[in-house]
Amino acid sequence: MERDGSMTDSVVMRASDLENWSTGAPDGARVRNAPAGDIEVVDLNAWFGNHRALRDVNLSINGRAVTAIIGPSGCGKSTLVRCLNRMHEEVRGARVEGKVLFDGRDIYAPDVDPVEIRRRIGMVFQRPNPFPTMSVLDNAVAGLKLVGGLSRSELRERGEWALRAAGLWEEVKDRLHEPGARLSGGQQQRLCIARALAVEPEVLLMDEPASALDPASTLRIEELVQELKERYTVVIVTHNMQQAARVSDWTLFMLYGEVVEFGPTSKLFTRPDDQRTEDYVTGRFG
Amino acid sequence: MIPAAGVVRSPGVSRARRIRDRAFTAGVWACGAIALLPLMLIFAFVIGKGAAALNLDFFTKEPNPPGVPGGGIVQAFIGTGMIMGLAIAFSVPLGLLTGIYLAEYGRGRTAGFVRFIAEILLSTPSIVAGAFVWAVVVVAMGTFSAIAASIALTVLMWPILTRATEEILRLVPDDLREAGLALGLARWRVILRVVVPTAGSGIFTAIMLAVARGMGETAPILLTALGNDFVNTNPGAPTDAVPLRIYFYAGSPVVQFHALAWGGAITLLAAVLVLSITARVLSHRQLKRVH
Repeated sequence: MERDGSMTDSVVMRASDLENWSTGAPDGARVRNAPAGDIEVVDLNAWFGNHRALRDVNLSINGRAVTAIIGPSGCGKSTLVRCLNRMHEEVRGARVEGKVLFDGRDIYAPDVDPVEIRRRIGMVFQRPNPFPTMSVLDNAVAGLKLVGGLSRSELRERGEWALRAAGLWEEVKDRLHEPGARLSGGQQQRLCIARALAVEPEVLLMDEPASALDPASTLRIEELVQELKERYTVVIVTHNMQQAARVSDWTLFMLYGEVVEFGPTSKLFTRPDDQRTEDYVTGRFG
Repeated sequence: MIPAAGVVRSPGVSRARRIRDRAFTAGVWACGAIALLPLMLIFAFVIGKGAAALNLDFFTKEPNPPGVPGGGIVQAFIGTGMIMGLAIAFSVPLGLLTGIYLAEYGRGRTAGFVRFIAEILLSTPSIVAGAFVWAVVVVAMGTFSAIAASIALTVLMWPILTRATEEILRLVPDDLREAGLALGLARWRVILRVVVPTAGSGIFTAIMLAVARGMGETAPILLTALGNDFVNTNPGAPTDAVPLRIYFYAGSPVVQFHALAWGGAITLLAAVLVLSITARVLSHRQLKRVH
């Protein structure tokens, strides 16, 4: 594999990307020469105490594409994405078995630091959760600032880059020092996306990112997802089938903690292989 | 809006029932007023008796010998400042770290045990804490001291701070912890840079309340600091404190000292009041932030 070589390239490219963004390059797709960001899930099982939330999940998520996970409430879609960046284990009594290979390496191997994994696989949650003590700019660069090592001007540059990437810059450029919690709900969610992007992850996991937002904000987030897939692997959990159909390239349908069907979104919504998938996407249950 | 009783008076509500309602309302108001009475009386008394003692000398001079009018209790103010400074330096880091441990890391038996200890200390009579520190520190050092007094106060303030910090940190939504962890921040960084600042003014409130509690304690200081008629700035020597001075002078047969005791009471009351009110204002703000 030529991955090692391209990894070095990607660092160079990212640095120049940063320059372009900060010098006011227009919002839009900039293809980053990054590793593929493929995720391979092998025999994954997850528990909350005695409740088995995932059953033998096997799955290949393609890099630089949007994968949607759909299914009725409680089917394990959130648990699945939370297993992809080792957030599941943060819940008391939660447990995981199986493998998740990220660019070929098992993120559950004993020598892997979950902190490192979460840096490379970012996450956006259902409810916008900006840090209430921080300003808009500080929120955007929180993942960098709290670790230290970057100067004020570097942070400001990275913050502007991330806010532009999240499509929020034009709306907040004059209120960077206001508390992040003072933005509207939709803006707060894009601030959270900016915060996740600022640490330059390779994958972005989104757990129902628009379900707490109004239709206009939802549309804005969906457009953003389309832009982001040029540079990131995006996995989006949604209970909204139209949203899955609009934004994703691949769709995974889950039921009772199991994968029912996984395939190209157009196929899954028009010619599904499984009767249960057809019943769900045509609104016969769920 | 609740309609006025007269507007919707239904034939079903009897005269007797209305009278019972009024009587109950009046009774509740009266109880409220009675509860306020002691506080008002304390203020009136303390200010009435002690205001005369408050002058520049009171805050800047040592006491005069009996029979010589005037003088002050500056040694008590300096002593209280020194004892409280040391007590804060010991109890705040200890209390906050234990509270953080209980709220963020503590699981199972060890945490239960720590919480149990804090609970017991919280209800320990303060004179017992004083006696304990006398036996352990004063006897070992061979002298009464401000350090011993501050250790006795730490025994009282530590559990207050621990329990309060734990409660306040539990109010911080888990969303924020998850957001921090999902950014690839280490757990300790999330706690110190996200969770604790979010609970910031709440923790400050807890510190204020603990200080207010410690400042007024008399028994544990009596057995550890002893008291001193002169200014002492050596933390390893017997030291005076405002509550001690009130205790000594209130029981003194010398009438001129009674006024000084009342003066001490005013300053102590004022200091505790300022701390409590600040704590209230801050905790109000904190609630607004979390919700």
